[in-house]
Amino acid sequence: MSRRYDSRTTIFSPEGRLYQVEYAMEAIGNAGTAIGILSKDGVVLVGEKKVTSKLLQTSTSTEKMYKIDDHVACAVAGIMSDANILINTARVQAQRYTLAYQEPMPVEQLVQSLCDTKQGYTQFGGLRPFGVSFLFAGWDKNYGFQLYMSDPSGNYGGWKAAAIGANNQAAQSILKQDYKDEITREEAVQLALKVLSKTMDSTSLTSEKLELAEVFLSPSGKVKYQVCAPETLTKLLVKHGVTQPATETA
Amino acid sequence: MPFRVVLLVTKREPKRRRKKEREEEEENLSEVGKMECVFGLVGNGFAIVVADTSAVHSILVHKSNEDKIMLLDSHKLIAASGEPGDRVQFTEYIQKNVALYQFRNGIPLTTAAAANFTRGELATALRKNPYSVNILLAGYDKETGPSLYYIDYIATLHKLEKGAFGYGSYFSLSLMDRHFHSGMSVEEAVDLVDKCIMEIRSRLVVAPPNFVIKIVDKDGAREYAWRQSVNDTPAPPA
Repeated sequence: MSRRYDSRTTIFSPEGRLYQVEYAMEAIGNAGTAIGILSKDGVVLVGEKKVTSKLLQTSTSTEKMYKIDDHVACAVAGIMSDANILINTARVQAQRYTLAYQEPMPVEQLVQSLCDTKQGYTQFGGLRPFGVSFLFAGWDKNYGFQLYMSDPSGNYGGWKAAAIGANNQAAQSILKQDYKDEITREEAVQLALKVLSKTMDSTSLTSEKLELAEVFLSPSGKVKYQVCAPETLTKLLVKHGVTQPATETA
Repeated sequence: MPFRVVLLVTKREPKRRRKKEREEEEENLSEVGKMECVFGLVGNGFAIVVADTSAVHSILVHKSNEDKIMLLDSHKLIAASGEPGDRVQFTEYIQKNVALYQFRNGIPLTTAAAANFTRGELATALRKNPYSVNILLAGYDKETGPSLYYIDYIATLHKLEKGAFGYGSYFSLSLMDRHFHSGMSVEEAVDLVDKCIMEIRSRLVVAPPNFVIKIVDKDGAREYAWRQSVNDTPAPPA
């Protein structure tokens, strides 16, 4: 019976639900976690890399973090091939805006334009929705640092701290407990690593399984997107005591 | 006298002929609106734009109180000269798009963004069906203060401290070169504007009689004054 409302994205079930959209969100629940934290001097994105095979060579240095424009970056959870399409449209939108106005695109407008695309696939039939959630980190001159979270339905919202992917609810509740306003970027990194160490399935946190990226203002006032190098990440993990060095010595 | 080429033949012409016509058309565009006077300058915390108010067709003056400076939004002024139909159509189009942006995004466009948008629209139209409008765009932004942008009908964009269009520019530019300095007060600027108007009236054969002056500063864009030497006489009672 429920099959009747499963097969197409555009049809409401009698309970008023869109199953395909809900399934898409379910798919994201299996992906690696990504956490974003807004601090007063920047935005921090941390992601869990799912190591599928030791033999796999990744072509890019990051697989969950993408730079959209000079002032916006995003973290992904979900189906990567879907995400690549959306990231491309986001990049095109950002460049179109700069072409028209010779100014960087306001972060919320970028998020909104992408979510409009996502929403389209929940309404115009025949296709499935995008199985992707995003965390957007960015800065613009109107609203400063911003963090947005979006889901496959095309919903988005601005957050102080947010988590997507596996165990996102557990991560969200720890963030809710430990987040303080006026948090610095350094503290935000520490908090994000702590949350990830608690919610990740694997026992030890290593730099191979992690990605850390930050958006902040350089001393000259320019927006900077920086991805943390594995060596620096290892040092950070030891410094904040979230890794287990015992495994190597033993 | 500049007249626009009216294409009466709708049948597809050989390519060579059409190119020639297009060149004629383009040459014509540069002549349109030269008898109109539009100029402006940036002072200390404000920008001022002036435009003549004559509606001319052929050798006739139809009206001498035509306002050619439009309020783009609360803190932007757009003064335009050129083919009257194009002028109204294009400036209204820009005005409505600026308003749409504000409704959609909750934040206004900066003057720089609006100027670049306007230039882009002119540039896209240029190789299709060009608008013959020359524009001075003045605005005030919290971060950057007052600014003035020069955009001509072939989509040139310049950020200037003083600028002018038309035959009147021979006089207004000379006078502004002589008397303009950065950081002028409103009084000084209006004085300079009046000098320009006087020179245009006394030296230009086809000088328009009336002018409107508008100002934009931190408090917004508004009409400042009119300089009229003739008034439209009302029709005598029958």
